[in-house]
Amino acid sequence: MAKTVIVSCGTGIATSTVAAKAIEEACKAAGVAVITKQCKGQEIPELLKQGADLIVTTSTMRFDPGIPVVKGLAFLTGIGIDEVVKEILDILKD
Amino acid sequence: MNISDYLCKEAVILGLNAASSEEVIRELGGKLHDQGFVKEDFIEAALEREANMPTGLPLGGEYNAAIPHVDIEYVNKSALGLATLKDDVVFYNMVEDDVEVPCRLVIMLALDKPKSQIEMLQSVATVLQNPEIIQNLVHAKTTEEIFEILS
Repeated sequence: MAKTVIVSCGTGIATSTVAAKAIEEACKAAGVAVITKQCKGQEIPELLKQGADLIVTTSTMRFDPGIPVVKGLAFLTGIGIDEVVKEILDILKD
Repeated sequence: MNISDYLCKEAVILGLNAASSEEVIRELGGKLHDQGFVKEDFIEAALEREANMPTGLPLGGEYNAAIPHVDIEYVNKSALGLATLKDDVVFYNMVEDDVEVPCRLVIMLALDKPKSQIEMLQSVATVLQNPEIIQNLVHAKTTEEIFEILS
């Protein structure tokens, strides 16, 4: 079954778009079935109700969602990108 | 798709002498508004967004950048503005909003549709990931130079 990743940013349309696309490509390359759902930070609780395996965020998390959270700034800046992709894949492969 | 296709040449400001991120956002937003790309309330929305959810990005090189942007409802037509700053101006880190990021480059994004500008957004990310391009942009002396670097 495909894993669900919530990809959040400040507006839900800009930086999360870049991150979501990169996550989809990395998962495809690794053979991990994934569905990404983009949203604003404040929309995360609503999406959590539908179930998710991981949150990747490019904005500051203001609460503990109870599922793993990975900071996704690397998808914009490139800094530490390999480690972040590995972290994401490790969580999704569990 | 290059950034230069979206970059509004009237909204390219070189060596801006700004004391605060607010000043930078007002300048860039004002230029985009003058050209009709964004609505009247874009600037206030961008300032509020920056205060609550900052857009500073540490780039690991000599210079850092910020990418202020807001919801699509404040935008008429997609465009980019760009300012190089005379001195570093403090923005805050996008993913850790209590951490200061001294920025020398600001790329303002005006997006009119959700998720539709993926290529443009990816090219912005590509630029941000290349310290040499960032350096060249910061040191550019003319608007033409900026366009050449981004083409």
